[in-house]
This record gives sequence, structure tokens and C-alpha cells, in this order.
Amino acid sequence: MTTAAYQIGAPAKTTTLTHQYVAFGIMTAFFVVAPIFIYPVFLMQALCFALFACAFNLLIGYVGLLSFGHAMFLGTAGYISAHAAKVWGFPPEFAILTGTAASALLGVVAGALAIRRQGIYFAMITLALAQMIYFFALQAPFTGGEDGIQAVPRGTMFGFLDLSDQMTLYWVVLAIFLFGFLLIYRIVHSPFGQVLKAIRENEQRATSLGYKTDHYKLIAFVLSATLSGLAGATKAIVFQLASLTDVHWTMSGEVVLMTLVGGMGTVFGPIVGAAIIITMQNYLAGFGEWVLVIQGAIFVVTVLLFRRGIVGEIAAYLHSKSKSKSVPAEAEQAA
Amino acid sequence: MFELLGIPPQALFGQLLIGLINGSFYAMLSLGLAVIFGMLNIINFAHGAQYMIGAFVAWYALQYFGLDYWWSLLIAPIVVGAFGVVLERTMLQRLYKLDHLYGLLLTFGLALVLQGFFLNEFGSSGLPYPIPPSLQGGQNLGFMFLPNYRAWVIVFSLVVCLVTWYLIERTKLGSYLRAATENPTLVQAFGINVPRMITLTYGFGVGLAALAGVLAAPIYRVNPLMGADLIIVVFAVVVIGGMGSILGSVVTGFALGIIEGLTKVFYPEASNTVIFVIMAIVLLLKPAGLFGRTA
Repeated sequence: MTTAAYQIGAPAKTTTLTHQYVAFGIMTAFFVVAPIFIYPVFLMQALCFALFACAFNLLIGYVGLLSFGHAMFLGTAGYISAHAAKVWGFPPEFAILTGTAASALLGVVAGALAIRRQGIYFAMITLALAQMIYFFALQAPFTGGEDGIQAVPRGTMFGFLDLSDQMTLYWVVLAIFLFGFLLIYRIVHSPFGQVLKAIRENEQRATSLGYKTDHYKLIAFVLSATLSGLAGATKAIVFQLASLTDVHWTMSGEVVLMTLVGGMGTVFGPIVGAAIIITMQNYLAGFGEWVLVIQGAIFVVTVLLFRRGIVGEIAAYLHSKSKSKSVPAEAEQAA
Repeated sequence: MFELLGIPPQALFGQLLIGLINGSFYAMLSLGLAVIFGMLNIINFAHGAQYMIGAFVAWYALQYFGLDYWWSLLIAPIVVGAFGVVLERTMLQRLYKLDHLYGLLLTFGLALVLQGFFLNEFGSSGLPYPIPPSLQGGQNLGFMFLPNYRAWVIVFSLVVCLVTWYLIERTKLGSYLRAATENPTLVQAFGINVPRMITLTYGFGVGLAALAGVLAAPIYRVNPLMGADLIIVVFAVVVIGGMGSILGSVVTGFALGIIEGLTKVFYPEASNTVIFVIMAIVLLLKPAGLFGRTA
């Protein structure tokens, strides 16, 4: 019972690079064209959550650490950037940076505590720390309690991008998302990322090879927290609101769900998952608490029936197809 | 009357009592979590939801079948425990070969489904549940007023915890259980039906949660969200105590309840977060938990 047979977020057979370049091209083209026929505010919401899910996936998919408290980074960054923009009068780029930096700092503290335990303890610790942040946000004077921070000014970015124009705002959000996405891609496909995957597969062996696994885990945790913070800070500027919803444990659960549905440990899975969950929430907004029931049911079905998630299953299918193609070719060669 | 650090004794002992009550629930719930974790190696995120359902079963029994509190103490654990057995047989069982985290994700999904369902049916304001007539009223102890029902909750949950401890640590059945926790394959080779034992363990743990729910029903209102926030605190209690020892989780549960109550007297702003702060300190000093075994 020491090592589980199937590690969580285990590699859905890595897709080839061409597949990924094609998928990246399609995704970028989609987001460039999409505002013509989809409401831009909805797209921006999806982009913020997609970045949040990608940042979460960095931890669960590539280090195998299940954080059940990622809402604390999304929410803290949202509150700080909203406060910076509204009360301190920061321009949006500095407001977002301040919020992101606050989450990074929180990530250092929370990460240093949480990586002291493994597996489900790690999940419980992150959940408990996030609940602590939630109560702090509920009681602290500057967060506005139940009301949150409302009417946050969007301002003018770099002095010339007027964010009150919806399309300008959209391009800025898209740029932030692509920056975060490519950064994560770069991290995962670097030597550092290889060490992270080694830790996920077998931490003891990684230690025995001389890697200080705790350092790597902490750095990954802080990176994930920082990028979650970037998503939260951007979201606060876009929606001009920072509220308790973003620090509540249900938000931590939602990002787990997005990543799980899309495919843990896949590059594009979290984006697909975020799009699906956000779309679903918008359509079901009128059905009250049934959203909760449906989300729970999706959790159960995904865990029981397709753990690799949508993108993971597609990748596995493509892999098996290319394998069956190459097997007869080898047979011919042998003959 | 005397005063302690400027705090009137009524307030002090009143909060101590509330702390003890909360501690009883922390102890019973973390005990159930520990028992389930020992056998199934999963953290039962649905524990809070099952505690809530226990309270609702009591409410249903009174409302529609005229069965009073005492019957509910018996019925609710059986009904909810049976429900747990079904869950284990149909769903959890498929996950044992996988990473333990999948069990957490599955039970989290179950908790959402259950809470959402009850929220749709009853809304979030909650329903009143009367204190049974024989436990109404209270005792004047001179320094404070002790309601009978609250005294009963503390005594009863202590007894339940001790009985559970006895069952697991001192009986033959318990020794099988402990052996199966250590090495299920070997115990199965001795001819003991381990899968059935796992199922019953889950049913028992869930039943404990439901029993706590019935105890809680007259104190807090019967509310679909009563377990949601509680379970997060119980997770912190479990991290502090470590899941290695039965008595450890009981002691930790009661102690943290009391500390929380005292915090409410001396520094009320921190009363919501004090347990999480203690968790952080314990993680720094003794990462395996106070009673935990280092893996």
C-alpha cells in the first residue's frame, strides 16, 4: 500500500509536439475570432478561469500534489488588486502585479507549511489554510465583508490602453492568458519540469538521485500560486469586483473539477474543462442549487468512468491509433 | 462572584461549555474519519454531508413517523450507515487500486450532490428540532447554568468515543481490523473476509457521523450546510492529531473545542481561525501530528 498503482494525474500518453502546436494554433485562432460571435465578457471569464485551472494543473498534473485550497490565491490576488486600483489609485498593470505578488507571498507561506505532509494530508492542509484566509477576508476591514470590493476602476493600462473599452480589455486579458499559458508550457517542458514529473512518479527515487524534492515542490507551489493570483487579479479588474465567492472552498472545488474534467496532466485539458464548467454554470444559473448537484455528479462520474478527462482520453485515443498504425509497419519491415 | 482577568465567570464557563460541545462533535467526526482512513485509506469528504443527513433523518422521523429523539439515536446511524454501505459497494470499492486522492475527489463530489439536493428541498435557513422533554431544563451549578441537554451531549459522545476505542483496541473483531489495516493481504490469507470488513468499517464510520448529526439537531438547527464548514475544521483537527491513534483523535477533538471556546472569551476575532493557526504551528513543530506516526 506504499505506492499507489496509478499515480494521480499520471501521464495521459504524451501527445506528439506537432499535435500540441496544431492545438495551440487552433486555440489561439479560436480566441481571436470568438468575440465576433460570443459575448466578450463571458469569454474573459472563461479565460481567467482557464488560466486559474492551468496554474492549478501545474501542481496536480505535473507534481502530483492535490491542493484543495487554491481559491485562497485567486481570492487574495483579487482583493489586493481591487484595493490597489480603487483605494490606492494604482493603474491596472500595477494593481494586477501587486495582487499577483501578494499571492506569490501567500504561496511561499502556505506552500512551506503544506509540503511538510504528503498525499491527502496535503489536500486537507491546503483546504484548512484556505478556510483561514476565507475567515480573514470575511472579517478584515478592507475587504468589505459580505459586500466585497465593488466598482473597481478598470483604468488605463500603460497610459494608453483604455480598459473601459470592452474589446481593448478583451485583448489585454487574452494576452495575459497566453502569457501565463506559455509560461506554464515552458516550465513543464524544461529540465525543472522533468524533475517535477520525476517527483510525481516516485519521490523517494528522485530524492535518492540527489534532488532536494522539497525545494522543487515549494517552487512549483509558489509558481502555481503566483499564476493563480495573476488570474484572480485580472478577474477582479475585468469584473470590477472582488468578493467572498473567490475565496470560498467551493471555488477551490471548482478548479479541481475543471482540471479533472478537462484532463489532469494535459496541456490543454484545464482550458477545455474551464470552458465547459463556466458554460454550464451560465446556462444553469437559473436552477439554483441544482448546479451544485450537477457539479457533484460530474465529479463522481469523471472519477469513476474517465479519470483521464476529455483531453486525456483524446490523447490516449490518438496515441493508440498511431501505435496500431506503426505496428503493421514494423511487421512489414520484419517480413 | 470572582472575576478572572476581567471576564465574568458566566461568560467564561458558558464559552467553555460551548467549546466542550463543539469538541464532542470534533471528536466523534474525526474518530469516524480516522477509522475509515485506517481501513480504506481514503479521506471521506462526504463525512460532513453524512452528519447533516443524520440530523435530517431525525427530523424526518419526528415529522412524518412520530418517532422521537431516542428512536432517532438508533435509526439515523443505521439508515445512514446502510447508505454508506451502498456507496462503498457501488463506488468507493472501484478506487482502492488507484491513488488515494481519487477517493477524496469522489467523496467531495458526493458531498456536493447531497448538500445541493438538501438545499433544493429545504433552503439554507434550517429547520428547528425540539430538545426531548426528558432532557429539557437545566442545573444551576452556582457559577453557571448547565442545560441538561448539553450535559447529555458531552457525556454521551464521550461514552461513544470510549466504546469505539474499546471495540477497536480491546476486542477480537478490533484486532482483525487493526491487522487488516496493517496488512490486508495476509489477513485475507487467514480466511477473514477483508472486503466485507472494509464495507462494514465504512458503514460504521458513516454511522458515527450520523449519530453526531442527531446529537447536534436540537442544538444547531437542522440545516443542509451544517456539515460543510464543520468538516473543514475537523480536517484541521485530524491534521493536528494525526490519524494514527483512536484516543489521540478523541483527546485532540475535545482539547481543540475547549481552546476554541476560550479564544471566544479572550480574543473573539480569532475564534474562527484559532484551530487553523494551531494546525500551522503543529505542522512546523511536529509535522506528523501530535499522535501521528511518521510514515
